Amino acid sequence: MYHYDEFDRSFVQERVAEFRAQVARRLDGSLTEDEFKPLRLMNGLYLQLHAYMLRIAIPYGTLSSIQMRQLAMIGDRWDKGYGHFTTRQNIQFNWPKLADVPDMLQALADVDMHAIQTSGNCIRNVTADHFAGVAADEVEDPRPTAELMRQWSSLHPEFSFLPRKFKIAITGAQHDRAAIKAHDIGIRILRHPQSGETGYEISVGGGLGRTPMIGKTIRDFLPKADLLPYLEALMRVYNAEGRRDNKYKARVKILVHEIGIEPMRAAVEAEFTATNRDAVAPDSAEIGRIEQAFMPPAYERLPDESAFLARHSAANAEFAQWVAVNTFGHKQPGYSAVTVSLKPIGGAPGDATSDQMRALADAADAFSFSELRVTHHQNIVLPNVKKDDLFELWQRLAAHELATANIGLISDIIACPGMDYCSLATARSIPIAQAIAQRFASPERQRTIGELGIKISGCINACGHHHVGNIGILGLEKSGAESYQITLGGDATETAAIGERLGPGVGADDIPDTLERIVDIYLAERSPDERFIDTYRRVGIDRFRGAIHALDS
Amino acid sequence: MPLIHENKFVPDHWQRLADDQPVPADGKIIIPLQRLDEARQVRGSALGSIGIHLANIARIDDVIPLLPNLPLISIAFPAFSDGRGFSLAKRLRRLGFKGTLRAHGPLIADQYPHALACGFDEIDISESHALRHREAHWRAATGSISLGYQRGYVRSGTILDRRAASRRA
Repeated sequence: MYHYDEFDRSFVQERVAEFRAQVARRLDGSLTEDEFKPLRLMNGLYLQLHAYMLRIAIPYGTLSSIQMRQLAMIGDRWDKGYGHFTTRQNIQFNWPKLADVPDMLQALADVDMHAIQTSGNCIRNVTADHFAGVAADEVEDPRPTAELMRQWSSLHPEFSFLPRKFKIAITGAQHDRAAIKAHDIGIRILRHPQSGETGYEISVGGGLGRTPMIGKTIRDFLPKADLLPYLEALMRVYNAEGRRDNKYKARVKILVHEIGIEPMRAAVEAEFTATNRDAVAPDSAEIGRIEQAFMPPAYERLPDESAFLARHSAANAEFAQWVAVNTFGHKQPGYSAVTVSLKPIGGAPGDATSDQMRALADAADAFSFSELRVTHHQNIVLPNVKKDDLFELWQRLAAHELATANIGLISDIIACPGMDYCSLATARSIPIAQAIAQRFASPERQRTIGELGIKISGCINACGHHHVGNIGILGLEKSGAESYQITLGGDATETAAIGERLGPGVGADDIPDTLERIVDIYLAERSPDERFIDTYRRVGIDRFRGAIHALDS
Repeated sequence: MPLIHENKFVPDHWQRLADDQPVPADGKIIIPLQRLDEARQVRGSALGSIGIHLANIARIDDVIPLLPNLPLISIAFPAFSDGRGFSLAKRLRRLGFKGTLRAHGPLIADQYPHALACGFDEIDISESHALRHREAHWRAATGSISLGYQRGYVRSGTILDRRAASRRA
């Protein structure tokens, strides 16, 4: 993985000192709260329902065991002994005090981490496929590009006061695990059909929130060397033309929707043509330097099948199930990528205690070249585990309640913090996720149902990505009571789609029953090997309407 | 109006004409683009002591013919959080504007490096704003981050260029 050089390090150290001075100027009145707000947001500091919340960047979800241990330390020292991994591959601490934040940022800088641009109307922390560099289906590793964009977007002189937040995601695989079409800019690495050269397909104008939109392709093929000049051109068009009269219409998706993708493309191409590319792009040696940091680790040459794994799988059904559900095909024979679930039945999705973080760091040191990933599904990946080691890893994880076998299944639920923490929320999310997971707790039943993603948001800002959940649940407030709107058919992958509303809202207590009825209809209708989303697409929403028993009927 | 130029509060030699103020026969004045014809009737066609004030949504095509001869362009920042002026400045510099580029509005000291990098020379803030955003804050802001990553902006070196230089060394 990428390690800071002296320049990255002094940049982050200076940023900490700058923020310390900004906090001091806020406290002595030189900065008003209105002036301080965007500055603190650009350093990841929110004012939440009960306290400040600090959101720490985990660039493209990649971190080392050393960094994970530091997060555990921060959780112990300045929070309540846990942290919350988010849908943007970051981690949030929900209970810091303002006066402690500069010290927390310093503790992060000590391990080459920061909270830069995890919030605010700027280019946010770049996200990527959590199996980057190890996925068997990958065209090319997206991490070098993600790192290049991390650097380029940090304290950008022109694009730090945009109309609204701006999110970029990248994948290097055909199968999209990074939800790129739900981002302001989505980037897919692909091979040029004629030349065979790798480059980027760029989409723009995706986003969720109150007006969900799927991103549209603006460039079919961008040569890799042109990436930063092209992004600069696109950002300039957005910065100049994006609406600023209404924050709910300020994302680039609205600009693209209002002017149309063709005029948008023309405006960006005109700006790109006028840009002096050589003055903007990094030289090829710099690209090479970053790529070098992502060379594969020293894999052993192994047969792809592990007799040891086979023996333990045969003897231990629970282990075999975990292997079947939580491991992913690796490009290196004899290795697996393991997803560690942060969704124990009845837990808060994405929460990990400091002890669990240390256990994960230890497991990464023992079994995965000291590297970990955070997924946008709020789980943790150990990307490079020998199949021979899976049994021992599983035992260790189980000792820390980290061996839940539910990746991609109905209890692997994405949920925003909701009314339990967030000042914007109109309803609870976490308790809803817990109730659903408890209802479908049986591992056999989950396996029978198969791949089914539930995503829950506690308000229309859609941090839980409910629009692109196979089953989406949106919590609203309706005459003093929580009312949950259910959508079906959402999809965050390369076949991206926004879910359709099933019917009127249902009460919190009725959600498990309603979901049960939806699942029953699916099981009754499905053809062999069909996932929920496949059956849904084939039979349509009307077949599911009977599952709703309306709130006020 | 306090003017921040080269890290210092300096006297402003330009007069920003109020809407109802007639164009004086001489002296350096800043007027909105739509009063340019009126100013030329008073002063003739030379632009030597006329600065133009632009809204941040100004159509750039309207000013292109003037760029070679204008001594000063002022760009409005209606709020410090409205970053359109940065992109307008960048475009004007790319079109070859060599005169003084001035940001006008309630920018905060922390934005000074951004403004300079995008091609501004100076910041024009109100008296009351200057009470909180003091000279020392503007000076400190320019030194807070010694090197940035982005190439193609106005500043002394970038991290990418330094890396390239150390590779050559």
